[in-house]
Amino acid sequence: MDSTNARRFGSGLVLVLLLTVPFLMLYLGKAFWLDIFTRLVILAIAASSLSLLLSVAGLPSFGHAAYLGLGAYAVGIPVYFATYGGADWLASYNGWWHLVLTISVCGLFALVTGAISLRTRGVHFIMITMAFSQMIFYLLVSLEEFGGDDGLSVDLRSEFLGLDKRFGFNIEEPWIFYLLCYGVLLVVLFIVSRLRHSHFGRVLAAAKQNETRVRALGVNPYGYRLFAFVIAGIIGGVAGFLYANFSYFVSPGMVEWTRSGELMFMIILGGASSIFGPVVGAACFVLLEHVLSRITLFWHLPFGLLLLGVVLFGRGGVIGLLKRERDT
Amino acid sequence: MDWTLVLTQALNGLQLGILLFLLCAGLTLTFGIMDLINLSHASFYMIGAFLCAGATLHFDSFLVGVLIGLAGTAVLAFIVEKSIISKLYKRDHLDQLLATFGLILIADTGVHLVWGPAGMAIPLPDVLQGQTSVGSLVVPTYRLVIIGTGFLIAIGLYWLVNKTRTGMLIRAGASNRQMLNTLGVNVQVLFSAVFIIGAVLAGLGGLLIAPITEASIGMGNDIIITAFVVIIIGGIGSIKGAFVAAMLIGFIDTFGRAFLDTIFALFMSVDVAETAAPAVSAILVYVLMAIILVWRPQGLFPPKLR
Repeated sequence: MDSTNARRFGSGLVLVLLLTVPFLMLYLGKAFWLDIFTRLVILAIAASSLSLLLSVAGLPSFGHAAYLGLGAYAVGIPVYFATYGGADWLASYNGWWHLVLTISVCGLFALVTGAISLRTRGVHFIMITMAFSQMIFYLLVSLEEFGGDDGLSVDLRSEFLGLDKRFGFNIEEPWIFYLLCYGVLLVVLFIVSRLRHSHFGRVLAAAKQNETRVRALGVNPYGYRLFAFVIAGIIGGVAGFLYANFSYFVSPGMVEWTRSGELMFMIILGGASSIFGPVVGAACFVLLEHVLSRITLFWHLPFGLLLLGVVLFGRGGVIGLLKRERDT
Repeated sequence: MDWTLVLTQALNGLQLGILLFLLCAGLTLTFGIMDLINLSHASFYMIGAFLCAGATLHFDSFLVGVLIGLAGTAVLAFIVEKSIISKLYKRDHLDQLLATFGLILIADTGVHLVWGPAGMAIPLPDVLQGQTSVGSLVVPTYRLVIIGTGFLIAIGLYWLVNKTRTGMLIRAGASNRQMLNTLGVNVQVLFSAVFIIGAVLAGLGGLLIAPITEASIGMGNDIIITAFVVIIIGGIGSIKGAFVAAMLIGFIDTFGRAFLDTIFALFMSVDVAETAAPAVSAILVYVLMAIILVWRPQGLFPPKLR
């Protein structure tokens, strides 16, 4: 089996497992696994969007959790107003409206902050992206009306008018919601893969390797990077939109800088070189977190050691490890 | 305007600035000289506080607590530098970020294992507990101790960096690392020394504030981010920049929280001002950083290059 086929087989296996295991568990009466897998798939979407910046364009954005938070509040705030009254222009249970809000708010935020951040390089880029996400964090904390620190309960999941009556598409039903998330993940992976292999992706990859040379060839990578920044932000927002619907709850905690760190961890854990790396990484992250936190109260310790180990010794992540074993 | 309030807030701003400076001094040097992003600096801040709390309670003496806190932090910093950090110097920033993030998780859980999940208060000796009147202003003595210690450290660091041979090497390292190496300076030793000094200063910051806020798990994780903002604003690798920016941020943050609603009320309705002010003051620091980065990408006082 050559490496392309092996990769295809591996990717197919991941997708099949994600589709079958939760339903198998549901069948076996362990319904909570569906919740774990839903969280896994949503985080995989977020990590995939970040990998567009981190792995493809070589832009270590340290503030990606901001988009999850914005996407989540784009569900939480309209639902809050729809439940308790006020702000009629915003209030709605309509999922399409939430999605429009998510995309426009995240797109705009990414456009503005990206335009500023991309003027900087290296460490400054890491820190300025983090600073912008901290702004969102403190902004959400200071919104007393929406619970401030404590966050906001989302009483009902988004309603997708037009789909729910005709096709019985009601995402209050956990397995339908899981299928929705799974579908979104497929679309996101498709988009990321197409972008990666397009002219656009190649410019980004070239600018990552040698920016001077790309400029000398008459291409200014700034616009390409900004576009990647906006796309990644919007997809991250969609992940937040799903997360709010999943957990019936939004809070500024989603935007803490440690969350951004965890997303980066997932990418490195899975392997940055592959499109499926973030998915594998998110899977390892969520499953490990679940298993370890059941065994011990101190599950952050093995987690930290693992993170340290992966960075110090395991270049290429889980996928890299598998590849190396096959090579020898 | 109430001038006593302004003065009290000025003292608060000064105190925050001093704390930030203690954290940033080490951070900006490790960053400038070793090109190392060290998130786990926050952990030394926390560990200093917990060691001091544990020792103070055990020996019933704040002074012993402080000494053990500082010595313990130094030993720990030495071990961590030798075993883990030294392997990270040549890695890219992303690796450093993630590895030191891992160290934070380990340190937080470690403290949890040793001292339990609750915070620890540090009892102060009677001498430090009272109030001191400065002119018409009455302030807690301990706050003056913090501010005084901070200024002493700042002067000491200024002397170390600008007047000694070690300081010359540190400045040379911040300007051009390779050249220093080529000239035959043992950079490994210099790196270790700078890392340990930085960690001890962070530990000092933690144990100084702990009697006021108490030592708690993750206490460093918020302030470390502000500390990074400070060193970015001040210019990476510059002690002077770190000091100026720490004071700037300390004052802006404190005054923003205290007076922004009054200022806003001058040109908008009181209701709107009271809603907007907390939000704006919370993000003021980050707005400042974004503006400065756009205006001067290298910060206010970048070290002279090559």
